Amino acid sequence: MGLELYLDLLSQPCRALYIFARSNKIPFEFKRVQLAKGQHKTEEFRKVNVLMKVPALRDGSFTLAESIAILLYLVQKFKTPDHWYPSDLQKRARVDEYLSWQHVNIRAKGSKLFLSKVLLPLITGQPLPPEKLEFLTEELNVVLKQFEEKFLQDKPFIAGSEVSLADLVALVELMQPVCAGYNLFEERPKLAEWRRRVEEAVGKKLFQEAHEEIMNVKNLTADHFAPELIENFKQQLLKQN
Amino acid sequence: MGLELYLDLLSQPCRSIYIFARSNNIPFEFKHVELFKGPSNSEGAGKVSLLKKVPALKDGDFTLAECTAILLYLSRKYNTPDHWYPSDIQKRARVDEYLSWHHTNIRANAPKTMWIKVLIPLFTGQPLASEKLQEVMEGLSTSLKQFEERFLQDKAFIIGSEISLADLVAIVELMQPVGVGCDIFEDRPRLREWRRRVEDAVGKELFFQAHEMILNIKELSNIQIDPQLKEQLAPVLMKMLK
Repeated sequence: MGLELYLDLLSQPCRALYIFARSNKIPFEFKRVQLAKGQHKTEEFRKVNVLMKVPALRDGSFTLAESIAILLYLVQKFKTPDHWYPSDLQKRARVDEYLSWQHVNIRAKGSKLFLSKVLLPLITGQPLPPEKLEFLTEELNVVLKQFEEKFLQDKPFIAGSEVSLADLVALVELMQPVCAGYNLFEERPKLAEWRRRVEEAVGKKLFQEAHEEIMNVKNLTADHFAPELIENFKQQLLKQN
Repeated sequence: MGLELYLDLLSQPCRSIYIFARSNNIPFEFKHVELFKGPSNSEGAGKVSLLKKVPALKDGDFTLAECTAILLYLSRKYNTPDHWYPSDIQKRARVDEYLSWHHTNIRANAPKTMWIKVLIPLFTGQPLASEKLQEVMEGLSTSLKQFEERFLQDKAFIIGSEISLADLVAIVELMQPVGVGCDIFEDRPRLREWRRRVEDAVGKELFFQAHEMILNIKELSNIQIDPQLKEQLAPVLMKMLK
Protein backbone atom coordinates (compact mmCIF):
# COMPACT_ATOMS: atom_id res chain seq x y z
CA MET A 1 0.00 0.00 0.00
CA GLY A 2 1.58 3.22 -1.16
CA LEU A 3 1.13 6.84 -0.22
CA GLU A 4 -2.47 7.90 0.37
CA LEU A 5 -3.66 11.51 0.41
CA TYR A 6 -7.07 12.12 1.90
CA LEU A 7 -8.46 15.21 0.19
CA ASP A 8 -11.52 17.28 -0.60
CA LEU A 9 -10.63 19.76 -3.34
CA LEU A 10 -13.16 22.23 -1.99
CA SER A 11 -10.60 22.76 0.78
CA GLN A 12 -7.70 25.12 0.11
CA PRO A 13 -4.95 23.16 1.90
CA CYS A 14 -6.09 20.02 0.05
CA ARG A 15 -5.61 21.80 -3.25
CA ALA A 16 -2.11 22.92 -2.32
CA LEU A 17 -1.21 19.29 -1.61
CA TYR A 18 -2.87 17.94 -4.72
CA ILE A 19 -1.16 20.46 -6.98
CA PHE A 20 2.21 19.96 -5.29
CA ALA A 21 2.09 16.17 -5.51
CA ARG A 22 0.84 16.09 -9.10
CA SER A 23 3.21 18.83 -10.23
CA ASN A 24 6.14 16.85 -8.85
CA LYS A 25 4.82 13.52 -10.17
CA ILE A 26 4.67 12.07 -6.68
CA PRO A 27 2.79 8.77 -6.89
CA PHE A 28 -0.19 8.72 -4.54
CA GLU A 29 -3.66 7.31 -4.17
CA PHE A 30 -6.30 10.05 -4.10
CA LYS A 31 -8.72 9.24 -1.30
CA ARG A 32 -11.70 11.50 -1.65
CA VAL A 33 -13.26 12.70 1.60
CA GLN A 34 -16.39 14.71 0.92
CA LEU A 35 -16.76 17.22 3.72
CA ALA A 36 -20.27 18.16 2.64
CA LYS A 37 -21.34 14.54 3.08
CA GLY A 38 -19.71 14.31 6.49
CA GLN A 39 -17.19 11.73 5.34
CA HIS A 40 -14.55 13.29 7.58
CA LYS A 41 -16.55 12.16 10.58
CA THR A 42 -16.59 8.45 9.80
CA GLU A 43 -14.85 5.90 12.02
CA GLU A 44 -12.77 4.85 9.04
CA PHE A 45 -11.39 8.31 8.45
CA ARG A 46 -10.88 8.83 12.16
CA LYS A 47 -8.25 6.05 11.97
CA VAL A 48 -6.31 8.20 9.52
CA ASN A 49 -6.79 11.48 11.37
CA VAL A 50 -8.28 11.52 14.84
CA LEU A 51 -8.72 15.31 14.49
CA MET A 52 -11.19 14.50 11.67
CA LYS A 53 -9.89 17.06 9.24
CA VAL A 54 -8.58 17.09 5.70
CA PRO A 55 -6.01 16.97 4.35
CA ALA A 56 -4.46 13.86 5.83
CA LEU A 57 -1.69 11.54 4.72
CA ARG A 58 -1.16 7.85 5.25
CA ASP A 59 2.17 6.32 4.30
CA GLY A 60 2.19 2.71 5.40
CA SER A 61 1.47 2.85 9.10
CA PHE A 62 2.46 6.51 9.37
CA THR A 63 -0.37 9.05 9.42
CA LEU A 64 -0.02 12.82 9.31
CA ALA A 65 -2.32 15.82 9.49
CA GLU A 66 -1.80 19.56 8.74
CA SER A 67 -1.09 20.56 5.14
CA ILE A 68 2.16 22.37 5.97
CA ALA A 69 3.54 19.29 7.70
CA ILE A 70 2.43 17.08 4.81
CA LEU A 71 3.98 19.38 2.19
CA LEU A 72 7.30 19.40 4.07
CA TYR A 73 7.15 15.62 4.47
CA LEU A 74 6.66 15.19 0.70
CA VAL A 75 9.50 17.63 -0.02
CA GLN A 76 11.84 15.65 2.17
CA LYS A 77 10.72 12.18 1.14
CA PHE A 78 10.57 12.73 -2.60
CA LYS A 79 13.46 15.18 -2.80
CA THR A 80 11.56 17.70 -4.87
CA PRO A 81 13.47 20.51 -6.67
CA ASP A 82 15.21 22.86 -4.27
CA HIS A 83 13.16 25.96 -5.04
CA TRP A 84 10.06 24.53 -3.40
CA TYR A 85 11.74 24.69 0.01
CA PRO A 86 15.16 26.25 -0.62
CA SER A 87 18.20 24.91 1.17
CA ASP A 88 19.52 28.47 1.33
CA LEU A 89 19.03 29.46 4.97
CA GLN A 90 17.53 32.89 4.35
CA LYS A 91 15.29 31.88 1.47
CA ARG A 92 13.99 28.96 3.49
CA ALA A 93 13.30 31.33 6.38
CA ARG A 94 11.19 33.50 4.06
CA VAL A 95 9.10 30.48 3.13
CA ASP A 96 8.73 29.47 6.80
CA GLU A 97 7.78 33.03 7.67
CA TYR A 98 4.94 33.10 5.18
CA LEU A 99 3.71 29.59 5.99
CA SER A 100 3.48 30.59 9.65
CA TRP A 101 1.91 34.02 9.17
CA GLN A 102 -0.77 32.87 6.76
CA HIS A 103 -2.72 30.70 9.24
CA VAL A 104 -4.40 33.56 11.06
CA ASN A 105 -4.17 36.07 8.25
CA ILE A 106 -4.73 35.18 4.58
CA ARG A 107 -6.19 31.76 5.40
CA ALA A 108 -8.39 32.94 8.23
CA LYS A 109 -9.80 36.02 6.47
CA GLY A 110 -10.16 34.35 3.08
CA SER A 111 -11.97 31.37 4.59
CA LYS A 112 -14.26 33.50 6.67
CA LEU A 113 -15.33 35.55 3.68
CA PHE A 114 -15.97 32.41 1.65
CA LEU A 115 -17.91 30.61 4.37
CA SER A 116 -20.03 33.64 5.18
CA LYS A 117 -20.75 34.46 1.58
CA VAL A 118 -21.37 30.99 0.22
CA LEU A 119 -22.14 28.56 3.00
CA LEU A 120 -24.05 30.63 5.51
CA PRO A 121 -26.81 31.78 3.13
CA LEU A 122 -27.14 28.21 1.88
CA ILE A 123 -27.67 26.94 5.37
CA THR A 124 -29.77 29.69 6.90
CA GLY A 125 -31.69 30.58 3.76
CA GLN A 126 -30.85 34.23 4.42
CA PRO A 127 -28.48 36.30 2.28
CA LEU A 128 -25.44 37.76 3.98
CA PRO A 129 -26.16 41.31 5.22
CA PRO A 130 -24.23 43.85 3.11
CA GLU A 131 -22.55 45.45 6.12
CA LYS A 132 -21.26 42.05 7.18
CA LEU A 133 -19.92 41.40 3.70
CA GLU A 134 -18.24 44.78 3.68
CA PHE A 135 -16.65 44.15 7.07
CA LEU A 136 -15.29 40.73 6.07
CA THR A 137 -14.02 42.09 2.75
CA GLU A 138 -12.20 44.90 4.52
CA GLU A 139 -10.52 42.43 6.89
CA LEU A 140 -9.28 40.47 3.90
CA ASN A 141 -8.12 43.66 2.19
CA VAL A 142 -5.95 44.52 5.17
CA VAL A 143 -4.07 41.22 5.03
CA LEU A 144 -3.84 41.40 1.24
CA LYS A 145 -2.06 44.71 1.64
CA GLN A 146 0.32 43.14 4.16
CA PHE A 147 0.89 40.24 1.79
CA GLU A 148 1.86 42.56 -1.06
CA GLU A 149 3.96 44.91 1.05
CA LYS A 150 5.73 42.50 3.33
CA PHE A 151 5.84 39.11 1.61
CA LEU A 152 5.72 39.64 -2.11
CA GLN A 153 7.12 43.17 -2.44
CA ASP A 154 8.67 43.63 -5.89
CA LYS A 155 9.85 40.07 -6.26
CA PRO A 156 8.41 37.60 -8.76
CA PHE A 157 7.74 35.12 -5.93
CA ILE A 158 7.76 35.21 -2.14
CA ALA A 159 11.22 33.65 -1.73
CA GLY A 160 12.70 35.48 -4.71
CA SER A 161 13.04 34.42 -8.32
CA GLU A 162 11.43 30.98 -8.10
CA VAL A 163 8.12 29.56 -6.92
CA SER A 164 8.07 27.89 -3.50
CA LEU A 165 5.58 26.25 -1.13
CA ALA A 166 4.74 29.73 0.15
CA ASP A 167 3.34 30.91 -3.20
CA LEU A 168 1.33 27.74 -3.72
CA VAL A 169 -0.18 27.85 -0.24
CA ALA A 170 -0.96 31.56 -0.67
CA LEU A 171 -2.61 31.25 -4.06
CA VAL A 172 -4.92 28.34 -3.25
CA GLU A 173 -6.17 30.30 -0.23
CA LEU A 174 -6.85 33.39 -2.34
CA MET A 175 -8.88 31.34 -4.80
CA GLN A 176 -11.44 30.69 -2.08
CA PRO A 177 -12.75 34.27 -1.80
CA VAL A 178 -12.34 34.60 -5.58
CA CYS A 179 -14.67 31.65 -6.09
CA ALA A 180 -17.07 33.22 -3.65
CA GLY A 181 -17.33 36.15 -6.01
CA TYR A 182 -14.74 38.58 -4.65
CA ASN A 183 -12.49 39.35 -7.59
CA LEU A 184 -9.58 40.51 -5.51
CA PHE A 185 -7.11 40.26 -8.41
CA GLU A 186 -9.03 42.78 -10.49
CA GLU A 187 -7.62 45.92 -8.95
CA ARG A 188 -4.33 44.44 -7.87
CA PRO A 189 -2.16 44.14 -11.00
CA LYS A 190 0.93 43.07 -9.05
CA LEU A 191 -0.99 40.20 -7.43
CA ALA A 192 -2.60 39.27 -10.74
CA GLU A 193 0.85 39.01 -12.33
CA TRP A 194 2.10 36.91 -9.45
CA ARG A 195 -0.91 34.62 -9.79
CA ARG A 196 -0.19 34.14 -13.48
CA ARG A 197 3.43 33.23 -12.70
CA VAL A 198 2.44 30.71 -10.01
CA GLU A 199 -0.12 29.05 -12.30
CA GLU A 200 2.49 28.73 -15.02
CA ALA A 201 5.06 27.37 -12.60
CA VAL A 202 2.80 24.51 -11.43
CA GLY A 203 1.12 24.04 -14.78
CA LYS A 204 -1.99 25.93 -15.86
CA LYS A 205 -3.96 22.80 -16.72
CA LEU A 206 -3.25 21.19 -13.35
CA PHE A 207 -4.15 24.41 -11.54
CA GLN A 208 -7.48 24.66 -13.37
CA GLU A 209 -8.25 21.00 -12.76
CA ALA A 210 -7.58 21.34 -9.05
CA HIS A 211 -9.92 24.34 -8.89
CA GLU A 212 -12.76 22.96 -10.97
CA GLU A 213 -14.97 22.03 -8.01
CA ILE A 214 -14.44 25.22 -6.05
CA MET A 215 -15.06 27.33 -9.17
CA ASN A 216 -18.49 25.72 -9.43
CA VAL A 217 -19.28 26.15 -5.77
CA LYS A 218 -22.11 28.56 -6.50
CA ASN A 219 -24.01 25.58 -7.91
CA LEU A 220 -24.09 23.98 -4.50
CA THR A 221 -27.51 23.77 -2.98
CA ALA A 222 -28.47 23.02 0.59
CA ASP A 223 -29.42 19.42 -0.21
CA HIS A 224 -25.79 18.82 -1.19
CA PHE A 225 -25.04 18.74 2.52
CA ALA A 226 -25.66 15.91 4.95
CA PRO A 227 -28.38 17.11 7.35
CA GLU A 228 -26.28 16.55 10.50
CA LEU A 229 -23.70 18.92 9.10
CA ILE A 230 -26.13 21.72 8.49
CA GLU A 231 -26.76 22.19 12.20
CA ASN A 232 -23.04 21.89 12.93
CA PHE A 233 -22.09 24.51 10.34
CA LYS A 234 -24.86 26.77 11.50
CA GLN A 235 -23.50 26.79 15.06
CA GLN A 236 -19.91 27.33 13.91
CA LEU A 237 -20.70 30.13 11.51
CA LEU A 238 -23.08 31.93 13.81
CA LYS A 239 -20.45 31.86 16.56
CA GLN A 240 -17.82 33.25 14.23
CA ASN A 241 -20.08 36.03 13.08
CA MET B 1 26.93 43.67 14.82
CA GLY B 2 25.75 40.19 15.63
CA LEU B 3 22.40 38.52 16.00
CA GLU B 4 19.67 40.72 17.48
CA LEU B 5 16.43 39.37 18.90
CA TYR B 6 13.62 41.85 19.48
CA LEU B 7 11.53 40.46 22.32
CA ASP B 8 8.98 41.27 24.98
CA LEU B 9 8.81 38.40 27.45
CA LEU B 10 5.14 39.07 28.09
CA SER B 11 4.65 37.53 24.65
CA GLN B 12 4.55 33.76 24.38
CA PRO B 13 6.40 33.39 21.07
CA CYS B 14 9.11 35.69 22.43
CA ARG B 15 9.58 33.38 25.39
CA SER B 16 10.02 30.29 23.25
CA ILE B 17 12.71 32.05 21.23
CA TYR B 18 14.41 33.43 24.33
CA ILE B 19 14.46 30.04 26.05
CA PHE B 20 15.63 28.27 22.90
CA ALA B 21 18.47 30.70 22.25
CA ARG B 22 19.65 30.79 25.87
CA SER B 23 19.28 27.04 26.35
CA ASN B 24 21.48 26.45 23.32
CA ASN B 25 23.98 29.17 24.24
CA ILE B 26 23.29 31.06 21.04
CA PRO B 27 24.94 34.47 21.32
CA PHE B 28 22.49 37.29 20.74
CA GLU B 29 21.75 40.85 21.72
CA PHE B 30 18.48 41.06 23.62
CA LYS B 31 16.59 44.05 22.26
CA HIS B 32 13.86 44.68 24.77
CA VAL B 33 10.62 45.83 23.19
CA GLU B 34 8.03 46.92 25.68
CA LEU B 35 4.76 46.33 23.90
CA PHE B 36 2.78 48.45 26.29
CA LYS B 37 5.03 51.44 26.32
CA GLY B 38 3.71 52.62 22.99
CA PRO B 39 5.11 53.51 19.56
CA SER B 40 8.08 55.59 20.68
CA ASN B 41 9.53 52.66 22.58
CA SER B 42 8.90 49.97 20.00
CA GLU B 43 10.30 52.03 17.17
CA GLY B 44 13.32 49.76 17.01
CA ALA B 45 11.16 46.74 16.43
CA GLY B 46 8.97 48.71 14.07
CA LYS B 47 11.93 49.37 11.82
CA VAL B 48 13.09 45.79 11.96
CA SER B 49 9.82 44.11 11.16
CA LEU B 50 7.40 45.64 8.72
CA LEU B 51 4.64 43.92 10.61
CA LYS B 52 5.55 45.93 13.72
CA LYS B 53 5.33 42.94 15.96
CA VAL B 54 7.45 40.85 18.22
CA PRO B 55 9.30 38.58 18.05
CA ALA B 56 11.66 39.81 15.36
CA LEU B 57 15.18 38.80 14.37
CA LYS B 58 17.91 40.87 12.77
CA ASP B 59 21.03 39.14 11.55
CA GLY B 60 23.14 41.68 9.69
CA ASP B 61 20.92 42.86 6.84
CA PHE B 62 18.55 39.96 7.20
CA THR B 63 15.35 40.51 9.15
CA LEU B 64 12.78 37.88 10.03
CA ALA B 65 9.42 37.72 11.77
CA GLU B 66 7.23 34.81 12.94
CA CYS B 67 8.25 32.62 15.84
CA THR B 68 8.35 29.31 13.94
CA ALA B 69 10.50 30.80 11.20
CA ILE B 70 12.89 32.31 13.74
CA LEU B 71 13.19 29.09 15.76
CA LEU B 72 13.88 27.07 12.61
CA TYR B 73 16.42 29.64 11.38
CA LEU B 74 18.27 29.53 14.68
CA SER B 75 18.22 25.73 14.86
CA ARG B 76 19.74 25.53 11.39
CA LYS B 77 22.24 28.35 11.65
CA TYR B 78 23.59 27.28 15.02
CA ASN B 79 23.34 23.53 14.43
CA THR B 80 21.43 22.88 17.63
CA PRO B 81 21.09 19.26 18.87
CA ASP B 82 19.03 17.09 16.54
CA HIS B 83 16.13 16.46 18.91
CA TRP B 84 14.96 20.08 18.68
CA TYR B 85 14.02 19.59 15.02
CA PRO B 86 14.82 15.96 14.18
CA SER B 87 16.38 14.93 10.91
CA ASP B 88 14.29 11.75 11.07
CA ILE B 89 11.51 12.40 8.55
CA GLN B 90 8.64 11.10 10.64
CA LYS B 91 9.71 12.75 13.88
CA ARG B 92 10.24 16.01 12.03
CA ALA B 93 6.77 15.69 10.53
CA ARG B 94 5.32 15.41 14.06
CA VAL B 95 7.01 18.66 15.03
CA ASP B 96 5.77 20.39 11.85
CA GLU B 97 2.31 19.00 12.48
CA TYR B 98 2.16 20.44 15.97
CA LEU B 99 3.68 23.81 15.00
CA SER B 100 1.02 24.17 12.31
CA TRP B 101 -1.95 23.04 14.40
CA HIS B 102 -0.85 25.28 17.27
CA HIS B 103 -1.76 28.56 15.51
CA THR B 104 -5.48 28.01 15.27
CA ASN B 105 -5.95 25.87 18.33
CA ILE B 106 -3.90 26.40 21.49
CA ARG B 107 -2.84 29.85 20.29
CA ALA B 108 -6.39 30.78 19.36
CA ASN B 109 -7.58 30.78 22.94
CA ALA B 110 -4.67 30.76 25.42
CA PRO B 111 -3.61 34.38 24.73
CA LYS B 112 -7.16 35.62 25.17
CA THR B 113 -7.10 34.72 28.86
CA MET B 114 -4.57 37.47 29.45
CA TRP B 115 -6.45 39.97 27.34
CA ILE B 116 -9.76 39.32 29.02
CA LYS B 117 -8.55 39.02 32.61
CA VAL B 118 -5.85 41.67 32.70
CA LEU B 119 -5.31 43.81 29.64
CA ILE B 120 -8.83 44.73 28.65
CA PRO B 121 -9.81 45.89 32.14
CA LEU B 122 -6.51 47.76 32.35
CA PHE B 123 -6.84 49.47 28.98
CA THR B 124 -10.53 50.14 28.86
CA GLY B 125 -11.56 50.32 32.49
CA GLN B 126 -14.29 47.79 31.73
CA PRO B 127 -14.92 45.06 34.31
CA LEU B 128 -14.00 41.42 33.69
CA ALA B 129 -16.08 39.86 30.92
CA SER B 130 -16.64 36.58 32.71
CA GLU B 131 -18.94 35.06 30.09
CA LYS B 132 -16.37 35.66 27.40
CA LEU B 133 -13.68 34.20 29.67
CA GLN B 134 -15.73 31.06 30.12
CA GLU B 135 -16.13 30.76 26.35
CA VAL B 136 -12.39 31.06 25.93
CA MET B 137 -11.66 28.52 28.67
CA GLU B 138 -14.04 26.05 27.02
CA GLY B 139 -12.30 26.51 23.69
CA LEU B 140 -8.96 26.04 25.40
CA SER B 141 -10.26 22.91 27.11
CA THR B 142 -11.19 21.40 23.77
CA SER B 143 -7.73 22.17 22.38
CA LEU B 144 -6.06 20.72 25.46
CA LYS B 145 -8.05 17.52 25.09
CA GLN B 146 -6.90 17.22 21.49
CA PHE B 147 -3.36 18.07 22.53
CA GLU B 148 -3.32 15.22 25.04
CA GLU B 149 -5.06 12.72 22.77
CA ARG B 150 -3.38 13.47 19.49
CA PHE B 151 -0.03 15.11 20.16
CA LEU B 152 1.25 14.10 23.57
CA GLN B 153 -0.55 10.80 24.18
CA ASP B 154 1.46 8.58 26.55
CA LYS B 155 4.84 9.84 25.42
CA ALA B 156 7.26 11.88 27.47
CA PHE B 157 7.34 14.62 24.83
CA ILE B 158 5.47 15.26 21.59
CA ILE B 159 7.97 13.41 19.39
CA GLY B 160 8.76 10.72 21.92
CA SER B 161 11.53 10.56 24.42
CA GLU B 162 13.14 13.92 23.76
CA ILE B 163 12.04 17.54 23.86
CA SER B 164 11.59 19.41 20.56
CA LEU B 165 10.49 22.83 19.32
CA ALA B 166 6.91 21.58 19.50
CA ASP B 167 6.96 21.15 23.29
CA LEU B 168 8.62 24.53 23.78
CA VAL B 169 6.11 26.39 21.62
CA ALA B 170 3.24 24.65 23.39
CA ILE B 171 4.40 25.22 26.94
CA VAL B 172 5.05 28.96 26.67
CA GLU B 173 1.55 29.42 25.31
CA LEU B 174 0.02 27.50 28.19
CA MET B 175 1.89 29.60 30.74
CA GLN B 176 -0.18 32.59 29.68
CA PRO B 177 -3.41 31.42 31.33
CA VAL B 178 -1.35 30.23 34.30
CA GLY B 179 0.10 33.70 34.71
CA VAL B 180 -3.32 35.30 34.90
CA GLY B 181 -4.73 32.78 37.34
CA CYS B 182 -6.34 30.20 35.06
CA ASP B 183 -4.22 27.21 36.00
CA ILE B 184 -4.95 24.74 33.24
CA PHE B 185 -2.48 22.27 34.71
CA GLU B 186 -4.43 21.90 37.94
CA ASP B 187 -6.81 19.16 36.81
CA ARG B 188 -4.57 17.65 34.19
CA PRO B 189 -1.93 15.41 35.78
CA ARG B 190 -0.53 14.15 32.48
CA LEU B 191 0.04 17.71 31.29
CA ARG B 192 1.48 18.66 34.65
CA GLU B 193 4.07 15.87 34.36
CA TRP B 194 4.90 16.91 30.81
CA ARG B 195 5.38 20.48 31.96
CA ARG B 196 7.80 19.34 34.64
CA ARG B 197 9.79 17.40 32.05
CA VAL B 198 9.92 20.37 29.69
CA GLU B 199 11.11 22.68 32.47
CA ASP B 200 13.85 20.18 33.40
CA ALA B 201 14.89 19.76 29.77
CA VAL B 202 15.42 23.51 29.16
CA GLY B 203 16.65 24.26 32.66
CA LYS B 204 14.32 25.24 35.49
CA GLU B 205 16.15 28.46 36.26
CA LEU B 206 16.01 29.65 32.67
CA PHE B 207 12.36 28.66 32.40
CA PHE B 208 11.40 30.69 35.43
CA GLN B 209 13.51 33.63 34.45
CA ALA B 210 11.75 33.77 31.09
CA HIS B 211 8.37 33.57 32.81
CA GLU B 212 9.04 36.04 35.59
CA MET B 213 7.07 38.84 33.93
CA ILE B 214 4.00 36.83 33.04
CA LEU B 215 3.90 35.18 36.45
CA ASN B 216 3.94 38.63 38.04
CA ILE B 217 1.44 40.07 35.62
CA LYS B 218 -0.31 41.94 38.40
CA GLU B 219 2.67 44.29 38.39
CA LEU B 220 1.50 45.35 34.95
CA SER B 221 -1.29 47.33 36.55
CA ASN B 222 1.37 49.58 38.00
CA ILE B 223 3.10 50.14 34.69
CA GLN B 224 2.48 53.50 33.15
CA ILE B 225 0.79 52.62 29.93
CA ASP B 226 1.29 55.05 27.12
CA PRO B 227 -2.00 57.02 26.91
CA GLN B 228 -1.79 57.19 23.12
CA LEU B 229 -1.49 53.43 22.97
CA LYS B 230 -4.39 53.07 25.38
CA GLU B 231 -6.54 55.19 23.08
CA GLN B 232 -5.49 53.25 20.00
CA LEU B 233 -5.97 49.84 21.52
CA ALA B 234 -9.22 50.32 23.43
CA PRO B 235 -11.58 49.89 20.44
CA VAL B 236 -9.54 46.94 19.14
CA LEU B 237 -9.76 45.28 22.53
CA MET B 238 -13.47 45.87 22.90
CA LYS B 239 -13.94 44.11 19.56
CA MET B 240 -12.23 41.09 21.04
CA LEU B 241 -15.01 40.79 23.60
CA LYS B 242 -17.71 40.36 21.00
